[in-house]
Amino acid sequence: MAAREVARTPENKVYSKPRLLTDAVMHFCPGCSHGTIHKLIAEVIDEMGMEHEAIGISPVGCGVLAYDYIDIDWVEAAHGRAAAVGTAIKRLNPSKLVFTYQGDGDLAAIGTGETIHACNRGENITIIYINNAIYGMTGGQMAPTTLLGQRTATTPQGRDAAQHGYPFKVGDMLAQLDGVCYVTRQSVHTPASVRRAKKALRKAFENSMQQKGLSFVEFVSTCSSGWKMTPVEANRWLAEHMLPVYPLGDIKG
Amino acid sequence: MKEEIIIAGFGGQGVLSMGKILAYSGVMQGQEVSWMPSYGPEMRGGTANVTVILSDERISSPIVQDYDTAIVLNQQSMDKFESRVKPGGVLIYDPNGIVRLPERKDIRIYEISATEEAARSGNIRVFNTMILGGYLKVCPVVSFENACLGLKKSLPERMASLIPANTAALQRGMEIIRQIS
Amino acid sequence: MEEIRLMKGNEVIAEAAVRCGCDGYFGYPITPQSEILETLTMMRPWETTGMVVVQAESEVAAINMAYGGASCGKRVMVSSSSPGISLMCEGLSYLAGAELPCLVVNVSRGGPGLGTIQPSQADYFQAVKGGGHGDYHLIVLAPGSVQEMYDFVSWGFDLAFRYRNPVMILSDGVIGQMMEKVVLSAPKPRWSDEQIAEMWGSWAVTGKPASRTRNIVTSVELDPLRQERFNHKLTDKYRTICEREARCEMVGCDDADYVIVAYGSSARISQKVVELAAEDGLKVGLLRPITLYPFPEREIERLSHRVKGFLSVEMSMGQMIEDVKLASRCRVPVYHFGRTGGVIHTPTEVYEALKSNFLQK
Repeated sequence: MAAREVARTPENKVYSKPRLLTDAVMHFCPGCSHGTIHKLIAEVIDEMGMEHEAIGISPVGCGVLAYDYIDIDWVEAAHGRAAAVGTAIKRLNPSKLVFTYQGDGDLAAIGTGETIHACNRGENITIIYINNAIYGMTGGQMAPTTLLGQRTATTPQGRDAAQHGYPFKVGDMLAQLDGVCYVTRQSVHTPASVRRAKKALRKAFENSMQQKGLSFVEFVSTCSSGWKMTPVEANRWLAEHMLPVYPLGDIKG
Repeated sequence: MKEEIIIAGFGGQGVLSMGKILAYSGVMQGQEVSWMPSYGPEMRGGTANVTVILSDERISSPIVQDYDTAIVLNQQSMDKFESRVKPGGVLIYDPNGIVRLPERKDIRIYEISATEEAARSGNIRVFNTMILGGYLKVCPVVSFENACLGLKKSLPERMASLIPANTAALQRGMEIIRQIS
Repeated sequence: MEEIRLMKGNEVIAEAAVRCGCDGYFGYPITPQSEILETLTMMRPWETTGMVVVQAESEVAAINMAYGGASCGKRVMVSSSSPGISLMCEGLSYLAGAELPCLVVNVSRGGPGLGTIQPSQADYFQAVKGGGHGDYHLIVLAPGSVQEMYDFVSWGFDLAFRYRNPVMILSDGVIGQMMEKVVLSAPKPRWSDEQIAEMWGSWAVTGKPASRTRNIVTSVELDPLRQERFNHKLTDKYRTICEREARCEMVGCDDADYVIVAYGSSARISQKVVELAAEDGLKVGLLRPITLYPFPEREIERLSHRVKGFLSVEMSMGQMIEDVKLASRCRVPVYHFGRTGGVIHTPTEVYEALKSNFLQK
């Protein structure tokens, strides 16, 4: 048997693409966290046996085409409104696994109201929140989460607190609300962090199915294109600059 | 038969509910009815009014310019609606709070001291039903029996205990209304 | 079991929703339509039919909740009044773009801006010409009585699902706040999940069963050519709607010299004008559009060959008049009369306007 064929035997298999990830070629830039997070969602839904029960709500932003990549039913929401859309889907279909997938522009800027109120009502959904401190899709403008001093297309001199306010710590704020059962901040910039993030995601989905209230999983993420860095630089910048402002770990529950 | 009525007074005087009892009485009598209120912040302490139309035919406009009958319960309403009673029509007022008496000569004018009478009876809240009773005496557009049924229908069930006092007030209103001109 | 009750227009919207098997209502209080949400919370349908009622944090949230519910093939409804409908316009465009069925009730009030809380018909353009962005239309129904407020809820849901398009009931503070007799129909059950899967399984997001590929509800398109193709498809749908669904009521139009065109509460007021004119020996008819989109163009076109003029009566500075002019090909004079800003015209005012436009010029 040729070496190549030996390598392909089941005993030697150490990794495969999650069953629920489609074959569509992802549009994400090299080094972007979205792809890894998509993979985790596909894995967790499959491992929980929820393929037929899951309904995802995709945002406006780089995550808009999530429905092309994960093989479940999807609704694409208007900018910022995913939590309102998810509210109705879950209320009308209490036995389904309903989650939103939103970036920091979508969730923490235009959709702040819908997010806070869905949390405050304790909707039994999971919000997956991608915080990369920038607007990726529109070309690297300042987000509410942009770090002080960070240069973006709309803060070419760096974010200045006097003019733009401060990095928005959404998770810390939402943790104050009685309707929220679980708030955690994760990342996928190292293999270890990916493993922890997957556990957090599973816990959130289980909360939703057990009607415990709203679960909020933040992913501190990279945007190598928006940050104008190589993937390796972006991962390093995340660890050095993002994590001190957005420290990882459970905030509530 | 077609009767176009405006009932006007202060918010909180029971203007709208008086109109509702009348409209429901019309329903019980088998008539076509419409009940069109003024609404908004003026309901809270300001002036409130409701147009009630009872008719044997399908009602076209729920909004009318002039009325067969105006029931006015404060001075502002007197000022506003005295001129809008059709010639030969009816104006009914409660003298409580009225400082300028109506002046028209081409309409029938009635006074009903319902505020005073209701206060005397110890239940000021039936004052509006009393006025309705007075109106029905002057303009028997619906029978007393149907007015009683209308009263019952328009009160929510939890307020059923108020029916006897209101029925008595309807009756009493018929007795105390008096023609001025 | 039919029932006759004396009810407000707003109250019957709630009653009709529960009785026709509506699955969800999402609303935010605003005068003059708050009784819709209040009546629903009084009725507590979640204990009987299982209908969901949510007081949203804004009209923006409410319409997006409706978008979510509609995505699942459920019969969902929102209601608001003019300023709130403006906030919902983004959502209406998304609903149309995603081809979702939904019922929207506008009990309109005086504008622009915060305006007044009194009745108005100045949202005609917003309702029939767009409001939101893009090449889309709502189907717009204009009830002229409390009974029609009731009947149009069920009709609106039928149209919404037949054409997979949002339907608006364009009412106003007169019809919403007034009480009339209404005949309530026997309640119909909500659709079961099995029925929804059978009827709307080709598009509704229900959790992907093993029997089909995933459903995606979306209005985003990356390729302009595909978006153009989709817009042609939408337009074909609107053409079918125009051919099949236009409705109007005509009173005394057969031998009329002048025809008033008016909808909703203005039509009621104008009907009295027809009576007043008849007393004076004038031949005045009333054409009441029951659907505003599609507009009853054919009937107006037909009348335009014969009558001496049209008077468009609307509680606005003149919006529907443009459609009357288009439909009549401007063959005869078309005038507008209407009070606005929350002022309701009386039959006498309308009659005077009719006479001064047509008889004294």
